[in-house]
Amino acid sequence: MAITSLPTPGGSRSSHRPRVEPVFHLFLWPTVALFTLAITVPAVMGIVLSFTNSVGFGEFRFTGLTNYIAVFSDPAILHAYGFTLWFSLVTVVLVNLIAFLLAIALTAKIRARVSLRAVFVIPMVISGIVIAYVFSYLFANSLPTAATALGFAPLEQSILANPSLAWVAVVIVTAWQAIPSALLIYIAGVLSIPSDVYEAAALDGASPWRQLRSITVPLTAGYIVINVIIGFKNFMNAYDIILGLTNGGPGTATTSVAMSIFSGFTNGDYSYQMANATIFFVIAVVIALLQLRATRGRTAF
Amino acid sequence: MTTQLTVGQPEAVASVGESRHATRVGAGRSRTNWPLTIVLAVCSLTVLVPLYVTLSMAFKTTSQSVDGNAFSLPWPVSVSGFGQAWQLTDFPRSFAISVFIAAIAVGGTILLSSFAAYAISHNWQRRAFRWAFFYLLAAMFLPFPVVALSQVKLTGMVHLDNPIGVAILHVMFQLAFSVMLFTAFLRSIPAELEESARIDGASTAQVFWRLIFPLLAPMSATVGIFAFLASWNDYVMPSLITSNPALQTLPVLQQMFQTQFSNNYNVSFASYLMAMAPSILVYLFTQRWVMSGLTQGAIK
Repeated sequence: MAITSLPTPGGSRSSHRPRVEPVFHLFLWPTVALFTLAITVPAVMGIVLSFTNSVGFGEFRFTGLTNYIAVFSDPAILHAYGFTLWFSLVTVVLVNLIAFLLAIALTAKIRARVSLRAVFVIPMVISGIVIAYVFSYLFANSLPTAATALGFAPLEQSILANPSLAWVAVVIVTAWQAIPSALLIYIAGVLSIPSDVYEAAALDGASPWRQLRSITVPLTAGYIVINVIIGFKNFMNAYDIILGLTNGGPGTATTSVAMSIFSGFTNGDYSYQMANATIFFVIAVVIALLQLRATRGRTAF
Repeated sequence: MTTQLTVGQPEAVASVGESRHATRVGAGRSRTNWPLTIVLAVCSLTVLVPLYVTLSMAFKTTSQSVDGNAFSLPWPVSVSGFGQAWQLTDFPRSFAISVFIAAIAVGGTILLSSFAAYAISHNWQRRAFRWAFFYLLAAMFLPFPVVALSQVKLTGMVHLDNPIGVAILHVMFQLAFSVMLFTAFLRSIPAELEESARIDGASTAQVFWRLIFPLLAPMSATVGIFAFLASWNDYVMPSLITSNPALQTLPVLQQMFQTQFSNNYNVSFASYLMAMAPSILVYLFTQRWVMSGLTQGAIK
């Protein structure tokens, strides 16, 4: 996304003016300063404090890598990373598959296209925690009732209370909410393909399946990469839907990295969780860079 | 004249997209694809059923809401759940706080990011401005949990552990996405337009306010809607930053129904409905901007 939307380099608009007009400084730098105070300073502060024994207030001293060593040998945190990565991976695949198919269907020759699009976008505009509460009622009450009536034993108990199935509920609700934004981007992508490409393919006798495989997918590759990057980044930060559904449970089965970091605030292990957050940051940057490398290869088609 | 043209642009873009696309699946035939329409209608139930459950539960009596059947129609119809939810969440106050935060977030995001994008796109050949762009954009890759704990500490130190602090942070986290959209949009405005205004003797600030800002209106609508949705629906930031529970936002207050009042489903669902209705309404009235903003320039 970032790479593809840069202004034209070397814009000629003001090159004949030797100095930058002061008003441009006024337009930009106060915002950059505020941004630095609100985001960069806390980030740097957190990283520095991760090398200390601070509990969030009062005096502290530097303890080197102690926190990091502890983080790497903490089964609870390792489990949170395992869960978060697995959950993000499954959700990103599910969301993109469904959103892509929906985008193709919603741009086809169908009735009530506008209304259907409007309906499919609604989940995007609902608060994650609130919809998680609604779904937690459905998972805890309606689903077991229905399963009992149908005699389907595995679902007669709430899946939210089942340590090996609770993550499925988290994936379902997260996907439910994340599909619309991916869908909007895919609709934009599908609409950007000129229709004569399809007409030519149809003349050559390409089947709809072949058209999908050889035209739609390759020509929307850039959009797929964007959706995967954005989606993965968002799912790695999963917090409020999990809080509303399972509160990280049962036990710690669905505790995400974000949840374990936030727990540092109430549990007093501030610097320890800052080390966790720093590792999380490094992982996020590495994943973003890997995905950006992939983008460079793909967006040029 | 130019302003009107540009304001009308999203519809034009959308309709061009539609007509160009009219015959995609079903190559060349202009018949309606009924099987696909029916499949989509059935799929849309996955969206509609949870919303229906919320709506019907909210209008049930307490005794009907605990009978275990979430899908039954409310009978007798009762609005007592709304009354209790209204009192429990102190609705007028929590609603006002949510609106206050969202309003600052929307206004602040549109103004600060359009200012920044204008300065950046005008001085792109200067390294400092280019770096500022990437610097702001980098925030898109910064996970919120990384900065959260320090932000809680810092906002507490400067007495911004309140809705104002939350609103400022909402603006800051929305900057990356919004500056990117505005910068992409500013590229599409021909430089000649601005030059002709300058020949008439307008200063840069005047050019911005009289020419550029009105031209940005469709993009401002998109940026504003996304800022509104992000702010209104946010749970993490207000719950962590705001220290006084009496100043909490509507979505955050919904957690009380998980503990204290967990068995009055009609009350909790009435409250959920009141918390989600404003954003659904805003979306229904503004949906064309949601779509158009993404189709033009943003992701190309």
